Amino acid sequence: MGVDNPLGENIITTSLDKLVNWSRKSSIWPMTFGLACCAIEMMATGASHNDLDRFGIIFRASPRQSDCIIIAGTVTKKMLPVIKTVYEQMPEPKWVVAMGACACSGGIFDTYSVVQGIDEALPVDVYIPGCPPRPEALLFGLLKLQDKIWNDKNSFGSAIGLGTRIDGATA
Amino acid sequence: MAENNRAVLKLKEKFASSIIDVVEFRGEVTVTVKKDSIIDVLMFLKQSLQYNLLTDLTAVDYLGKKEDRFMMVYQLYSIPNKDCVRIKTPVSEVDCSIPTATQVWRTANWLERETYDLFGIIFEKHPDLRRILMTDDWVGHPLRKDYPLQGPDREPYKGRLS
Repeated sequence: MGVDNPLGENIITTSLDKLVNWSRKSSIWPMTFGLACCAIEMMATGASHNDLDRFGIIFRASPRQSDCIIIAGTVTKKMLPVIKTVYEQMPEPKWVVAMGACACSGGIFDTYSVVQGIDEALPVDVYIPGCPPRPEALLFGLLKLQDKIWNDKNSFGSAIGLGTRIDGATA
Repeated sequence: MAENNRAVLKLKEKFASSIIDVVEFRGEVTVTVKKDSIIDVLMFLKQSLQYNLLTDLTAVDYLGKKEDRFMMVYQLYSIPNKDCVRIKTPVSEVDCSIPTATQVWRTANWLERETYDLFGIIFEKHPDLRRILMTDDWVGHPLRKDYPLQGPDREPYKGRLS
């Protein structure tokens, strides 16, 4: 008697935001893109000891397949158009992590040839200080990015033209 | 001693009127010659004295310190003889050009492009005198002493308390 439950315990009810944000935060695919010594730490973070794969973070060799770009190192004015092109080639939604002092502010390179922080050109989501930041710092930064994605509101709805997206950092 | 250096002996013999100065400092011999005869000197060093490797070619900016603003520097090495010599020649700001050394060593091509890019010295008859480090649309030559360190579009840093 009573209501039939043919699927047993195999049903979860949730909100669309939670489902979308959970899948996005659990599969951040960063663009493989290193600029300086920070890239060495980024590689170390991806390698087996720190193992980014366990967070679903898998480096992709193509901007078309990535949703995050880690600016790992010094951005020179000559390199900036290349980074902008790579960023523009990435599909929405996309996030930017400024890794290290140079990407955050130009670092020690207070000179004519260096961009004084990548936020002059790209919308940065997470800033990671350090010169270079240790793998632990990069991991923490990426976990912060996951938190931010998790707190996004209506990011799926805005993508299909319903309402506006509310950023996770301000929500 | 510089007087006994094989390159100095031969250069004094052949280019006596072109040599401005011969200096030895900590075993490094530097010969300063006049700009007019620089290619003849370099060609002679390569062909007759076997200085077959141009290790580096660059310039120095002596803004306000010397009469001729720039000094071209050629670092030469002889692989068969295993010895070095440094050739320098002054270049004035008014006539900021010098004949290219690409006809002597082909490696001078990129080195001269770098020197042109950063100091603005024109290399006459260079096969491909374009910028090599800075972007093509860059204005100015950044290694000149009067180029603002943080770029022309920024307020210069005046210390923490300013």
